Amino acid sequence: MCAMTPQPGHELASGWKAVLTPEEIRRALSRLAHEILERTHGGDGVVLLGIPTRGVPLARRLAARMSAFEGVAVPVGSLDITLHRDDLRLRPARALGHTEVPPQGIDGKTVVLVDDVLFSGRTVRAALDALNDLGRPRAVQLAVLVDRGHRELPIRADYVGKNLPTAHREVIRVLLEETDGEDLVLLGERGTTP
Amino acid sequence: MKRHLISAADLSREDAIGVLDTAAELASVAGRPIRKLPTLRGRTVVNLFYEDSTRTRTSFEAAAKRLSADVINFSAKGSSVAKGESLKDTALTLEAMGADAIVIRHPASGAPHRLAGWVTGNVINAGDGTHEHPTQALLDAFTMRQRLASGGASGSGPAGAGLDGVRVTIVGDVLHSRVARSNVLLLSELGAEVTLVAPPTLMPYAVQTWPCDISYDLDAELGKSDVVMMLRVQHERMNAAYFPSIREYRRRYGLDTARMARLPDHAIVMHPGPMNRGVEIAAEVADSPRSTIVAQVANGVTVRMAVLYLMLGGAEETS
Repeated sequence: MCAMTPQPGHELASGWKAVLTPEEIRRALSRLAHEILERTHGGDGVVLLGIPTRGVPLARRLAARMSAFEGVAVPVGSLDITLHRDDLRLRPARALGHTEVPPQGIDGKTVVLVDDVLFSGRTVRAALDALNDLGRPRAVQLAVLVDRGHRELPIRADYVGKNLPTAHREVIRVLLEETDGEDLVLLGERGTTP
Repeated sequence: MKRHLISAADLSREDAIGVLDTAAELASVAGRPIRKLPTLRGRTVVNLFYEDSTRTRTSFEAAAKRLSADVINFSAKGSSVAKGESLKDTALTLEAMGADAIVIRHPASGAPHRLAGWVTGNVINAGDGTHEHPTQALLDAFTMRQRLASGGASGSGPAGAGLDGVRVTIVGDVLHSRVARSNVLLLSELGAEVTLVAPPTLMPYAVQTWPCDISYDLDAELGKSDVVMMLRVQHERMNAAYFPSIREYRRRYGLDTARMARLPDHAIVMHPGPMNRGVEIAAEVADSPRSTIVAQVANGVTVRMAVLYLMLGGAEETS
């Protein structure tokens, strides 16, 4: 996508901007892992559930960091929200992602939902509904890599990697090593490609 | 996917694998404390059954209800059909009541096709005469992928995989079997090698043009089969003597323990049901661990959920 290491604010030829570099993503995730450990008293009873697609590798990375920092084994799973979306009828039926609840289950646990971008809040609402059908957690928290604003529902994140004020016409794209071959967060105009 | 599911030939390889993958994800719903999803809330599915059925009707009903759709069950017995109402008038009546999809079973081949021309909702063929039964073929394919594929995280076979190279032998009353026709079309599209085995009198006209092999000798096929699918002898559709006696049919085309022992170790035995125990399949075979007959029923609900979701869950595919 881009050959040289991007700097913050670095402009790509297509008009897209790198708003988080690989190093910044790494540091943000490390801070998020520390924050989760702090708020949950050492990760006690925490289950991380990533929302497909990119929430899942982010949840795995957070779990790896939490166990590296404090030696706790944090169960990780994934929670597909497609069947709970409120905009299903606006587009043709889409393929389902994978839902995998750790064998310990979620009853009585502190579930931390993990996603790449928090925007309207509708994905998180759907995730809360989906969670309801799987069990009864003690508490649900939300961790996101990027909060870009423009909420349409009364939802906020407990852990934010980076607040990025954006305009409605702009688009955020999160690229991750596991899914896209590199770590990068890009900002561009709707209807264009990086 | 197309708007209607009338024939297994309506499904491209990509569509069919999409259904199987969706079903693999939906299978986990059956193991949850709450077996319900809100996806089809406010949609209405009509089960329009002109022919007797246990499995298919209850399976479609369970599938629609797990997706929160409203279900209206209609059976020809005890309805205005007994007073002479035509299929078209019945269908238009049901549509006026707000049916988004009509699941139809009818003794006449081609009835779902006609129906699709009259109504605006989606039509799903749940068996028409001796023509087709596409959702049965999908659940059979799903069961094969689940049982034969090694690996696969959720135990439902690897996502995105077809049935390439799987050797399937379909045995029995092919002539009257809508299951056989749909299976041949779907399985060959998914890359399986299908062989039909039946007495010459029970082979359909022009079967040579189907995408499969034909044999009259079951014993010759057993040793090289990954899957043996036994078909029910459909006495109710037989208006002539197709074979001398049940005893002779059983001796040449019935699956008993001796024949089952000649199958490769990994091979599975399938039957779309209802079974005639002691005719096409021996009771010991039907109840053996190789038999997937009960799994097929469970998979039927999951696969039909996938079909309903993919056909009704999103917006109409336009453009």
